[in-house]
Amino acid sequence: MLFYHLGKYVLLMKASLKRPEKWSFYWKEIIREMVSIGVGSVGIISIISIFMGAVTTVQTAFQLVSNLIPLSVIGQITRDNSILELSPTIGALVLAGKTGSNIASQIGTMRVTEQIDALEVMGVNSPGYLILPKIIAGITMIPMLVIVSVFLSILGGMIAGNLSGAVTQSEYITGLQADFKTILLTAGMVKAIVYAFIITSVSSYQGFYTEGGALEVGESSTRAVVVSCILILFADYIIAQLLL
Amino acid sequence: MIEIKDIYKSFDDKQVLKGITSTFKEGSCNLIIGASGSGKTTLIKCMVGLHEVDSGEILYNDRDFANLDFHERIPIRKEIGMLFQGSALFDSLTVQENVMFSLNMFTEMPNSEKLDRVNFCLSRVNLENVNKKFPAELSGGMKKRVGIARAIAMQPKYLYCDEPNSGLDPKTSIVIDNLIKEITEEYNITTIVNTHDMNSVMEIGDNILFLHKGEKWWEGSSKDIRHTHNKELNDFVFASKFFKEAMESNNL
Ligand SMILES: Nc1ncnc2c1ncn2[C@@H]1O[C@H](COP(=O)(O)OP(=O)(O)OP(=O)(O)O)[C@@H](O)[C@H]1O
Ligand SMILES: [Mg+2]
Repeated sequence: MLFYHLGKYVLLMKASLKRPEKWSFYWKEIIREMVSIGVGSVGIISIISIFMGAVTTVQTAFQLVSNLIPLSVIGQITRDNSILELSPTIGALVLAGKTGSNIASQIGTMRVTEQIDALEVMGVNSPGYLILPKIIAGITMIPMLVIVSVFLSILGGMIAGNLSGAVTQSEYITGLQADFKTILLTAGMVKAIVYAFIITSVSSYQGFYTEGGALEVGESSTRAVVVSCILILFADYIIAQLLL
Repeated sequence: MIEIKDIYKSFDDKQVLKGITSTFKEGSCNLIIGASGSGKTTLIKCMVGLHEVDSGEILYNDRDFANLDFHERIPIRKEIGMLFQGSALFDSLTVQENVMFSLNMFTEMPNSEKLDRVNFCLSRVNLENVNKKFPAELSGGMKKRVGIARAIAMQPKYLYCDEPNSGLDPKTSIVIDNLIKEITEEYNITTIVNTHDMNSVMEIGDNILFLHKGEKWWEGSSKDIRHTHNKELNDFVFASKFFKEAMESNNL
């Protein structure tokens, strides 16, 4: 069963990565998807990011009981966690829920209302037309969202540190400037790109092979979210093993 | 002209089409009728390549569609227009973008020319001032008309219509039927309509193919159908008592 889906998924990806019939036409779709994925998710990503940073700061402060460790470490920990784990992974899980379900239900609806058949009859390579723009838009916009998220998360940490009195602004900033390893940034960005591919391609797959009606479209979109989330965490582990 | 020869198609172990052979001529409306589940949709989907046949030939003016690959099929696909049962308009695009879709995708026409073609197609199906509307804002009958406009945008040689009347009131049904008939004759298209509406059969059917449990059970004109002694066909055609009485009282 697993191999059946894996095989079908690989074939679908192969079909969608074919050279487009006409780039100018695809370009419009890519822009449309970029707006939908990028601009459409800035709001939710901003909100969760600020809270992620805030929570990390407050909880790290709580766990730091030793007087030997300077409080500025809190800033450093929030920074590193945001870049490496919180912004890419939690961000991706939220985007799987938003963008993933959106993609699956959009493509699924097109399937059950015969719109995909209509494309095929015209001679359009439907996986290419429907899926490729989403993947391209995803792997460009999601890393950008992650970068925004990192900044807001660090900002959220600073605000929370100030408000709770756990760490002063200048200590926090000292921490932010201390001892930065670029591998963290690399790993964070690699994660973001891999997650983006997972979310867009898995959700497209679930939508594309929907059979039936409105009910099944709902099921596909739920499955898209569940499978994307599991694969994101799995990929998280693999990338951590490989890169760190 | 489309010829199909000995088409077989099964799903899993269920044989759905059992050796269908027929010829569909230019400028004529060919109707495929039959009870629910008899394989009408499957036959059409095989002919346009949405399903692959198990065996048999599908000849579009002597080009064997069934045995071509994706790329080799594209030139034939561009000559095929199809109206889907639920219209299948792209719901994220406006009416104008829907009709323009294949022009955008496959031609290098300048914009003004494409727009002219779109407006021509829309006026041909008697739709005006709907260019900027989205499919969700249209009635069922209007969607069908946009579907026809989209199907004829590329000046097809072959037109398929899957249940063009389903979900329409009798009056709108007749309008759509007549539109299909007129377009077929005007542009000398080979049209294949899949229906269970007996009114359409009598109104627009030049050639009628009756499918029964996946076999070609009967073929003939709408005149012949009234005098047939084929039991299954009679049961199908005269399933409605009202229809039967109307036919008899008109002495047809
Ligand atoms: N994709 C499919 N997978 C499996 N079986 C199918 C598939 N499509 C159709 N069938 C089966 O093939 C048979 C013929 O179906 P088809 O849709 O062609 O009938 P139809 O004549 O169009 O009926 P209707 O008038 O109800 O539309 C049915 O028994 C159906 O269950
Ligand atoms: Mg059918």
